[in-house]
Amino acid sequence: MSEKIKFTIDGKECYAEPGQTILEAALDNGVYIPSLCYLKDVIPAGSCRICNVKVAGRFMTACTTPVAMGMEVENDIPELNELRVSIIEMLFVSGNHFCPACEKSGNCELQALAYKYTMMVPRYPYLFPEKKPDSGNKKLFIDRNRCILCKRCIRAVKDEQGRSLFAFKNRGNELAISLDHELAENISDELAEEAMEICPVGSILKKEKGFQQPIGHRKFDKQAIGSDIKSVIK
Amino acid sequence: MRNTVQKIVQKAGNDRGRLMDILLEIQAELGYVSGEVTDQLAEELGISRVDVEQTLSFYHFFRQEPRGEYTVYLNNSLVANMMGRVEVAAAFEKEAGCKFGSVTEDGRIGLFETADIGMNDQEPAALINGKVFTNLTPLVVRELVSGMRNGKKVEDMIRNYGDGKNGSDLVRAMVHNNIKQKGSVLFSAYSPGEGLTKALQMSPEKVISEVKDSYLRGRGGAGFPTGLKWEFCRRANKEVSYVFCNADEGEPGTFKERVLLTEYPHLIFEGMAISGYAIGAKHGVLYLRNEYDYLKAYLESVLEEMHEKKLLGDRILDTEEFGFDIRIQMGAGAYVCGEESALLESSEGKRGEPRNRPPFPVEKGYMDHPTIINNAETLCNVVKILKNGSEWYTMLGSQESAGTKLISVSGDCKYPGVYEVEWGIRVKDILDLAGASNIQAVQVGGPSAECIGPADFNRTISFEDLPTGGSFIIIGNKRDLIGDVVTNFLDFFIEESCGSCTVCRTMPTILKNKIAKILTGHGVQQDLEDLQDWGSKMKMANRCGLGQTAANPVLSTLKNFREKYEGLIRKDVDFDSGFDLASAVVDSCEHVGRTPNL
Ligand SMILES: Cc1cc2nc3c(=O)[nH]c(=O)nc-3n(C[C@H](O)[C@H](O)[C@H](O)COP(=O)(O)O)c2cc1C
Ligand code: SF4
Ligand code: SF4
Repeated sequence: MSEKIKFTIDGKECYAEPGQTILEAALDNGVYIPSLCYLKDVIPAGSCRICNVKVAGRFMTACTTPVAMGMEVENDIPELNELRVSIIEMLFVSGNHFCPACEKSGNCELQALAYKYTMMVPRYPYLFPEKKPDSGNKKLFIDRNRCILCKRCIRAVKDEQGRSLFAFKNRGNELAISLDHELAENISDELAEEAMEICPVGSILKKEKGFQQPIGHRKFDKQAIGSDIKSVIK
Repeated sequence: MRNTVQKIVQKAGNDRGRLMDILLEIQAELGYVSGEVTDQLAEELGISRVDVEQTLSFYHFFRQEPRGEYTVYLNNSLVANMMGRVEVAAAFEKEAGCKFGSVTEDGRIGLFETADIGMNDQEPAALINGKVFTNLTPLVVRELVSGMRNGKKVEDMIRNYGDGKNGSDLVRAMVHNNIKQKGSVLFSAYSPGEGLTKALQMSPEKVISEVKDSYLRGRGGAGFPTGLKWEFCRRANKEVSYVFCNADEGEPGTFKERVLLTEYPHLIFEGMAISGYAIGAKHGVLYLRNEYDYLKAYLESVLEEMHEKKLLGDRILDTEEFGFDIRIQMGAGAYVCGEESALLESSEGKRGEPRNRPPFPVEKGYMDHPTIINNAETLCNVVKILKNGSEWYTMLGSQESAGTKLISVSGDCKYPGVYEVEWGIRVKDILDLAGASNIQAVQVGGPSAECIGPADFNRTISFEDLPTGGSFIIIGNKRDLIGDVVTNFLDFFIEESCGSCTVCRTMPTILKNKIAKILTGHGVQQDLEDLQDWGSKMKMANRCGLGQTAANPVLSTLKNFREKYEGLIRKDVDFDSGFDLASAVVDSCEHVGRTPNL
């Protein structure tokens, strides 16, 4: 086994495998760093910016920065938590999120983060962008109103030949997710299910069966997001 | 059509990494990239359709639908507006009979806008089928449109050519160099090969230490020490490495690279060869912004000539050990591709999304090989440093900024153009040189940097005081600083963000709406606090320099011109929702045919 790298998060002594990112190492050490675009075992995107931490006074995304020996990471501090709430608020105003009517409510990571940080109402005025849903596929329904452009689906959902089913289109505030209809035509039910689960919000829905558990019994209805992490302290 | 596409793809070796070139070539042949062609490309390259589309839809100059036999891209930058773009645009619409953003019914003329095309010293300007038209007036527009109606060739619409190489056979552009002041480094006597000859007499390590000793810092904006960057790359010690020259020149208000590319291309290429020798690279790539496509054929002829003279090629200057070649990579219209890692992504045929760092390009750059990216002006300096020695170089400039700097001066002044000045020159002195008076503000370093007022005109252009990649926009007393300048810059960043980061994708629009609220008389004190507080988040939570600086137009005017904002807000109330019922119901009232009863 290779040497572990010693570092700290908010003063707590932690150990990382060589090459591990701050976020992965934090999880292994029972420290929760909030994130949205991060997906285990998939190349990090570093795009939602919620996992921002501070190292030597500089802001860095924990999901993309490898741990270095002796690093002193700041995570659960007012400045960063304030920034995180504001990012969550930006995600709310830049989309059209009607939680009570959403199939993913209770299983949605964006909603769960808003609860965690007790966001009441975004400080930013709503932008009410016009977003077109895509219902042209047999298996999947894409509701772009809810998409937070985290790239999880792009990075993780591929066909057998490794081609991506999803990709970005346009740029800037017109950035949108698009589904390759031809490739998605004959995907298995399992892959469709997986795509829906990979999406942190309710943007990718499997047609005909939007949800199984009733509201009130879902993942984040019972416990706050990230609250399971602290229990694994070694 | 299928055959044309197939041939182009084959010519590019069926390589998806060459997607930019493939798309550009298809467009040159077929006018635009249709859905059918997109499908065929996906098939031939073995990728999904959406993968082709993600690149295709990212760049401003790629077209997924016809944009007219004659496609006009009228520059919409701040200085274009200052020089009368509004009248020119109106003339285009009137003469052509269609609005901007659309194509005439017969498909002949398409009118579109584009951000800064590097002609700030001769605005209003437009690109028509890739050719540059400068100093436009409504009268000229009438002539141009009538030419288009009559099927005239675009080349034949150019009445007179600019100075220097602009008039040469392979360029034939009406662009003027406007070199207003020559200095002792860049715009000085030069014969190709002088720097390279000196370099090849030294070891690569010695070349690097010479550049380090010169204290040369990057001219692209960030000011990173050039020698150090090279040393990092050499240390990566890999079989294959690359040299990239950044000629994307996207920062509104800069046009110095345009002049270097036109008059001193040998100097740029020689600088690339020297850096290749220093880091042990055999291949160089010049990333050229699409707006400068009119220089491409000429630049390729220069490369050929340098091959013939053995300044490039397998055995440079007949040495056994050093060979170096250069290819040109065209961009397709995206400011963010000037950011070095986005430039690499783009060169690999992808969307121009900046990468996460680490790893840095010196470790893992183009196609994962160690890569240095240097600004074209930086590389030109290198040649002169090698020729004259680092000691000579450090005598020039200020304490922390050695050498000279090319400044692109534009806006409200008598003599817009490129000035080679020593670092440490005062803002005031540049204003004098440019013949500017009654000045309200100067935007130093482009929209991403700082807007300063007369109180700061004694400050110096230098890394230690006011750093600049070269943009220097003079804003006269009569201009509306918030309504025209700040708003234009915000629009620019909104249009040019790659969209990856939540904050960069969202915040500029929020700020712009807030400014609109203030400009329409609904602003209150709290709005100014919000602008400050919200704008400051951009620096903290974005991946690249674009997002980190995109709030600067607001933040720096709030800092230096706060009284202008104070003068616009309501002092009688603490709160104004900004909601205007009358305008909110205009659409619905129109729809049902009644007047609002408020
Ligand atoms: C949004 C953005 C746009 C940029 N555009 C350019 C550009 O057009 N030309 C350039 O040389 N550098 C540009 N840069 C800086 C490059 O990332 C990089 O620092 C530079 O090319 C390095 O060369 P230098 O060290 O010689 O300056 C840009 C940076 C950002 C963040
Ligand atoms: S569809 Fe879902 S997974 Fe894909 S980018 Fe949007 S939010 Fe992320
Ligand atoms: S800061 Fe803006 S331009 Fe830069 S990577 Fe993020 S979204 Fe793209």
